[in-house]
Amino acid sequence: MPETLTNTEVVTLTINGQEVSARTDETIMEVAEEQGIRIPALCHISGLSDVGACRLCVVEIQGSPRLQPACVTRVSEGMTVTTHNDRLKAHRRTIVEMLFAERNHVCSVCVSNGHCDLQNLAVECGMQEVTLPYLAPSLQVDASHKRFVMDPNRCVMCTRCVRVCDEIEGAHTWDIMGRGVDSRVITDLGKPWGESDTCTSCGKCVQVCPTGALFEKGVSVAEMTKRRQFLPYLKTMREVQK
Amino acid sequence: MNLEELESTAAHERELCAGQKCRLRVCTGTGCASAGSDRLTQALRERAKERGMEGEVTVTEVGCLGLCAEGPLVKVDATDTLYQNVAPNLADNVLDSLTGEAAGITICNEKQPFFARQNRVVLENAGHIESDRIESYIARDGYRALLHVLAEMSPADVVAAITQSGLRGRGGAGYPTGLKWSTVAKANGPRKFVVCNGDEGDPGAFMDRSVMEDDPHRVLEGMAIAAYAVGASHGYIYVRAEYPRAIKRLKTAISRAERQGLLGSSIAGTSFSFSIDLRVGAGAFVCGEETALIASVQGNRGTPRPRPPYPAMSGLWGCPTLINNVETLGSIAPIIRCGAPWYAEIGTEKSHGTKVFCLTGAIKNTGLIEVPMGITLREIVFDIGGGIPNGGKFKAVQTGGPSGGCIPEQYLDMPVDYESLREVGSIMGSGGMIVMDETSCMVDVARFFMEFCMSESCGKCIPCRVGTAEMYKLLTRIATGAATMNDLSKLEELCSMVRETSLCGLGQSAPNPVVSTLRYFRDEYLAHVQERVCPAGVCPMTARKGVATHA
Repeated sequence: MPETLTNTEVVTLTINGQEVSARTDETIMEVAEEQGIRIPALCHISGLSDVGACRLCVVEIQGSPRLQPACVTRVSEGMTVTTHNDRLKAHRRTIVEMLFAERNHVCSVCVSNGHCDLQNLAVECGMQEVTLPYLAPSLQVDASHKRFVMDPNRCVMCTRCVRVCDEIEGAHTWDIMGRGVDSRVITDLGKPWGESDTCTSCGKCVQVCPTGALFEKGVSVAEMTKRRQFLPYLKTMREVQK
Repeated sequence: MNLEELESTAAHERELCAGQKCRLRVCTGTGCASAGSDRLTQALRERAKERGMEGEVTVTEVGCLGLCAEGPLVKVDATDTLYQNVAPNLADNVLDSLTGEAAGITICNEKQPFFARQNRVVLENAGHIESDRIESYIARDGYRALLHVLAEMSPADVVAAITQSGLRGRGGAGYPTGLKWSTVAKANGPRKFVVCNGDEGDPGAFMDRSVMEDDPHRVLEGMAIAAYAVGASHGYIYVRAEYPRAIKRLKTAISRAERQGLLGSSIAGTSFSFSIDLRVGAGAFVCGEETALIASVQGNRGTPRPRPPYPAMSGLWGCPTLINNVETLGSIAPIIRCGAPWYAEIGTEKSHGTKVFCLTGAIKNTGLIEVPMGITLREIVFDIGGGIPNGGKFKAVQTGGPSGGCIPEQYLDMPVDYESLREVGSIMGSGGMIVMDETSCMVDVARFFMEFCMSESCGKCIPCRVGTAEMYKLLTRIATGAATMNDLSKLEELCSMVRETSLCGLGQSAPNPVVSTLRYFRDEYLAHVQERVCPAGVCPMTARKGVATHA
């Protein structure tokens, strides 16, 4: 994590042609949100640390040869940012398409149908069909926990569960195993979730999960609504502690 | 050890070598070692003993003599002859040659372009010194640059000298080394670190391995000078676990240097202290990326993070960290010793100095070479490399490993420097050069590198994780004759998307092998897709003609 800046200044920058002011410890994403500009994102969730991994929030910054993720890029004086154009739209659509092609996302049989971040992103980014070859590996569902189920076939590897468990609950039950397309989220070095020694069964991972990969036992199709109300409070609490 | 002691050690070692009547230098680089040079050394020693030549013949194990294709190599100093292909059972023939005519062993012509066209700076000691003996390095002016820097130069002088030399990062991207040093030198932090990146993972590249195995003290000296210049007191060498010989030799070198007071606290009696630790990788290519390397050194999962902040500002444990490649650090001592203007004069206007390349593939003289920047590819492949064996026809040369591209025949006369290579869609990379003849299929080559990137992607960001797998799948369709023109255009779309949106250099450059082969060998792709034939006869093309199956 970038170290906290103690002496923050106020700077002026341009987002989508509009001049805005911001503190130097703010990210482009935060400033855009203040201005009512929504930048699509998946791994970013307010209240958890940012990793810049999903690449949905990449924006163009004038003078920078590369696209930069809005969630981790801090603002600076005179910065000129473009958050939406045809090129970024096409990239975002392909990223969402990649997620749909990577595993098994069949909305009609999913517990999260209608309340799913991935589904919403597909609508937002204008993805209408999957044109890439499906990779769709067949992965085993872990229903060993008494209250929750993990279905890796619906996982998008956003690592929200890993971060909430580590940063908020402090248990660090979740982590990543393997690499590339073979990487998976695991509990306790690969033990079944139900046998985990560290899991406190708090369920925060389930609530932050963007898809139906983590859900409560007993819910049926479209019944799994996630309750994320706790995160803003925790975020405020952390900021006060800073 | 101060300068006087250093000089007396050097003089003593030189006397020792001069006193040896007949010195045999056996190459124990990994290439020759796999051809049996370890057994040859043993045989030479045993036979010399049995024949009562013990007193006169000294068998020394040295680093890479260069021409790996003809190994094991043995250099006889007394007669100034290099022998090639010396199998362990030819030990007697070598000993015979000392007293009379050489029979049964082949003399290697050292006047051939392979040797004559090289300009050895980083490899100046390879093949001359015994890597486990620090005295051997000192006798060839080792640690002189470090002591000179400590006694005569301020840290700012050192940074200025490196800047003036025009040295650029030898790890691939060619970032100006002087600029990097001065950034770290100026950065604020409670501590600073110097890291040597020895995580050489490109298929077909073994330059860094040779430097670490054959001349480990050169790396330590370069790191110590860097540490003095930027104000660091601790350093790490990150070596991949696949290099056990390099790890062993570096460990020995660190302990020897510490014992001599050339590393550790109060080096050469000055107030400068610098210690080095070794970190061994766990088999991940992505750990060559600097932020992933930092995570790995800290004991975390080796995944990159977005930059900025750059490691020069916030690296190991949030402190300013200088990360340089092995070859870059290996160039430091000669630059200080011979002067920055001398180094700046070698090479081209924008790429100064020399570069080590590994010649592999369809080429006669497989091996390790060091040439001045600006030399043409034709000179490397046909003069130094000896051309294509068995009357084959040159097709392309692949530089830069999985991040690079294939350069076709029409660019053979292009000078080799950072800018020219980038212009034709490849990169300098760490220095692997794979020469390909007409028997190579470019689709197959692209597919090989994509498979490499797919299995080495860390999986953190979506474009690299899924993109490489999708591109590999599309390339497999093409290689099996199951692809449509739609698949080909999808592949091209993915190339530009993955390049623009991936988090780190691995993903950003993963499409390069595909893009460059598509640029120069599009016909071959079209033959695979439209006619369903592989012109080189390499690809399996198992799908039935005319039937587009969806794999």
